[in-house]
Amino acid sequence: MGATEFAKLPHIGESLKRKEDVRFLTGVGNYTDDIVQAHQKYAVFVRSPHAHAIVKKVDTAAASAMPGVARVFTGADVEGKMGGLPCGWLISNPDGSPMKEPPHPILASKKVRYVGDHVAMVVADTLAQARDAAEAVVVDYEELAPVIDMRTAAKGPALHDEAPDNHCYKWTLGDKAAVDAAFAGAAHVTKLDLTNNRLIPNAMEPRAVNASYNRGTDESVLYVANQNPHVERLLMTAFVLQWPEHKVRVIAPDVGGGFGSKIFLYAEDVAATWAAKQLNCAIKWTAERSESFVSDAHGRDHITHAEMAMDKDGKFLAMRVHTHANLGAYLSTFASSVPTILYGTLLAGQYTAPQIYVEVDGWFTSTAPVDAYRGAGRPEATYVVERLVTRCAWEMGLAQDEIRKRNFITQFPYQTPVALQYDTGDYHACMSDAQKLADVAGFDARRKASEAKGLRRGIGYSSYIEACGLAPSNIAGALGARAGLFEAGEVRVNPTGSVTVFTGSHSHGQGHETTFAQLVAARLGIDPSQVDIVHGDTGRIPFGMGTYGSRSLSVGGTAIMKALDKIEAKAKKIAAHLMEASDADIEFANGEFTVKGTDKKIPFGQVALTAYVPHNYPLDKLEPGLNETAFYDPTNFTYPAGTYICEVEVDPATGVVRVDRFTTVDDFGVIINPMIVEGQVHGGVAQGLGQALMEHGVYDPDSGQLLTGSYSDYTMPRADNFPEFKLGHVCTPCTHNPIGSKGCGEAGAIGSPPAVINAVLDALAPLGVKDLDMPATPYRVWQAIQSAKA
Amino acid sequence: MYAFTYERPATAADAARLAAAGGKLLAGGQTLLASMKLRLAAPEQLVDLGAIQELKGIRREAGTLTIGAMTRHCEVAESAEVRADIPALADLASHIGDKQVRAMGTIGGSVANNDPAADYPAALMALGATVHTGTRQIKADDFFQGLFATALQDGELITAIGLPIPRRAAYVKFAQPASRFALIGVFVAQQGDGSVRVAVTGGGNGVFRHAGMEAALTRQFTPDAVAGVKTDEAEMSSDLHGSAAYRAHLVGVMTQRAVAQALA
Repeated sequence: MGATEFAKLPHIGESLKRKEDVRFLTGVGNYTDDIVQAHQKYAVFVRSPHAHAIVKKVDTAAASAMPGVARVFTGADVEGKMGGLPCGWLISNPDGSPMKEPPHPILASKKVRYVGDHVAMVVADTLAQARDAAEAVVVDYEELAPVIDMRTAAKGPALHDEAPDNHCYKWTLGDKAAVDAAFAGAAHVTKLDLTNNRLIPNAMEPRAVNASYNRGTDESVLYVANQNPHVERLLMTAFVLQWPEHKVRVIAPDVGGGFGSKIFLYAEDVAATWAAKQLNCAIKWTAERSESFVSDAHGRDHITHAEMAMDKDGKFLAMRVHTHANLGAYLSTFASSVPTILYGTLLAGQYTAPQIYVEVDGWFTSTAPVDAYRGAGRPEATYVVERLVTRCAWEMGLAQDEIRKRNFITQFPYQTPVALQYDTGDYHACMSDAQKLADVAGFDARRKASEAKGLRRGIGYSSYIEACGLAPSNIAGALGARAGLFEAGEVRVNPTGSVTVFTGSHSHGQGHETTFAQLVAARLGIDPSQVDIVHGDTGRIPFGMGTYGSRSLSVGGTAIMKALDKIEAKAKKIAAHLMEASDADIEFANGEFTVKGTDKKIPFGQVALTAYVPHNYPLDKLEPGLNETAFYDPTNFTYPAGTYICEVEVDPATGVVRVDRFTTVDDFGVIINPMIVEGQVHGGVAQGLGQALMEHGVYDPDSGQLLTGSYSDYTMPRADNFPEFKLGHVCTPCTHNPIGSKGCGEAGAIGSPPAVINAVLDALAPLGVKDLDMPATPYRVWQAIQSAKA
Repeated sequence: MYAFTYERPATAADAARLAAAGGKLLAGGQTLLASMKLRLAAPEQLVDLGAIQELKGIRREAGTLTIGAMTRHCEVAESAEVRADIPALADLASHIGDKQVRAMGTIGGSVANNDPAADYPAALMALGATVHTGTRQIKADDFFQGLFATALQDGELITAIGLPIPRRAAYVKFAQPASRFALIGVFVAQQGDGSVRVAVTGGGNGVFRHAGMEAALTRQFTPDAVAGVKTDEAEMSSDLHGSAAYRAHLVGVMTQRAVAQALA
């Protein structure tokens, strides 16, 4: 079945209410912290208060003697007994040498390298006892100077012996000589320096684990707030603990938001699982919010110089980019790939620049590890491209939309100079729809009205592209991936005709239980209420890669589609037998099997029952049962794209930026549940606006302390910060998956930041402001206005 | 949170006795309880004032609104008397924290805590309020003594706040984006005799009156009157959310807006 036929099936395109919301909204969700196990103890981690220090001594004597304390584990307890946390992607330097991969210990024994680094784990009968004992652990530190600024990291004290200049890798992509030649012949070159601000994820549910061990079966069970339980298990057993993989069951139950930060294998997960076996008990740990701030993997944090070469008409000839990427103190699970593979390859944007060269320096600093966060590399790329393109327009005296339209890709498939091949898209349609929806025609009148009130109004564009469903596995492997990138789905038709689906994808807010049920119901001609989706449990689902990179529907959904193909093929044979017809003459539609050219028909439910009660059944030719599994490895990425238009009003007296209008037109391909997609766009745009206007993870350059370690200083976006977003959609179905879906989970966060900053700069241009870094807080905007006056 | 004992006296006298013996007064708990949860505060005994009827309620007499110390922010915000007599105060109360904070936090608790970015201290200073305790009456000018410091003695309990009703007043707050506490809050009050008091919160070491603004506004109560009045940057604090210069600038902008609002 192709995307065009799929899109016409019943329930496809219906905004069904989310099945999962009954439990989420009535307080009966089952999150990791809700789980209580027999013989459960509590863990509290002793964390480094210093950004960089030698651990001279950890004295646990007093803590160990305190009431209820089972054990206090330190680095010395784990050293030699397990490996460190692995990095899942090998990046190589231009000379072919590998990136620096210093050890990432589960508990630090010799040195701590960021505020929040794990030094000891206290396990006690109650949480209060564990906290009391943690306060009694005495650590003797010898403080060292921290390394905070990437630009001077090479001259700073070495965090790791393996990387004496704190440099992890240099990565390049593109033909430098061709790019340099194009620049030499350009009519105009536009240059831009920009910073992509560090973000702290702040999922509503903090990270949590509850690990137990059964001495009778030698099996461990780990409940964990995680996006990909099989990856968690594989990394933990094969790379860290060297335990038999099948002896660990990882369950990610209801998870309250991930945004990438719950992809990774964290030290707490390993420590609790290992210690549960040592103590023959269950161990629970739930991060406090202040722990989440210092110890969740952060996002973004780039410093970039970008240049565009143009001809006299503003046609792009070549682009040149250098980026410093902050990797934090250690390499988190996919840290190395985010500012490279997931960033450099996106720098073509929606445009036909024939040559692009990008160079990335990855640095270790004494800050929390930095890894994938909603968009992972693509927001950083989009911010560079879309800020640069708008700057190009202004320098060339062109409108923001005009320069984009002059350079849009219009022929597909399109091979970019940075390795990707876009399969399909209609960038002009997204642009013109967005302009209509945003009432761009009325902007000048609105600007005059604002000016009459002493305010400044600006409009900003962002025409983003992103790449979802990272694939295929063999090409990714050649580029350094140490994991497969397929997805698995199992469709179990029950004897009564209801269906249970086991997916390797994981839902932590995305609504898979509804969307996937619609997909299966559409294919089988049954009601979505007859379909249940099971995910997040290595003890129940086939080996899957989980959810990240907006891949769940296009990759995980396609695996289910492939399993459904097998179900349908087998069911047709059963139906053929029941109707005494040839297999080739059976057709299946709307839940009924028919014999071509006759009025014979039987419903799906009868075939299901026959499969399990095989009395009248071709047992000599066909196995009983109706239960199929499929693994799907995509042949290409999918390429969601769109145009976002932001309109802001700035109060020059205070620097306050008010987002007055925000319009999105996205091409996600075929959409199954528009309401859920709208929710994803709303959330993504809110996070993108948060990055553009509010959020900023800041470390003190001298002490290395996290200055934004609570909601008192880290500004989370709130509903009253935003207008009602206007959403539109264009649909060019993905050409290489049967759903035609491209993915929608990250687009909002990817496309929105440059639209906001372009709008703010447009508003402030009459005041002489030429540049502004995110987040455009009132203070920063006011400063920019003052600097322009000076 | 560490272990503690809990008392809930029925009279102010009992509360004062417990406080004198070392008990920590709990007047809504919107700062104290959060600090205890973070283990930043560890009182051995909490004395909850929530059951003391004599500390609650709002009454008007002879040009003064008297608000019981345990009157919650939401009650001040919704009080018909406050809305009629000092609408600026009702407006201020309606913008403290969030709905949950307003449902628990009290005027006495806020005033006793004297957070340098709290809203109520600005109102008390600008309105020329009097703080009533079990034993004495303290002028707002004498009561607030900088960063979390007040004229209260150990164990001394605020019973009520007396607020003279002004001719007109307004409070304008520029919220710190993350916490939404006042980065700068300015309360402007014009008294019956035409004199003007201006109090600034959030700027630095604690609430203070702004002599320059008061003089200019007493001469002429218009936004333009303070357009050129400077604020001493040395008095202002500086952090991620704004330099001293930015805060000093905002004092001017917020004062102008407060005057405009008072005249509206």
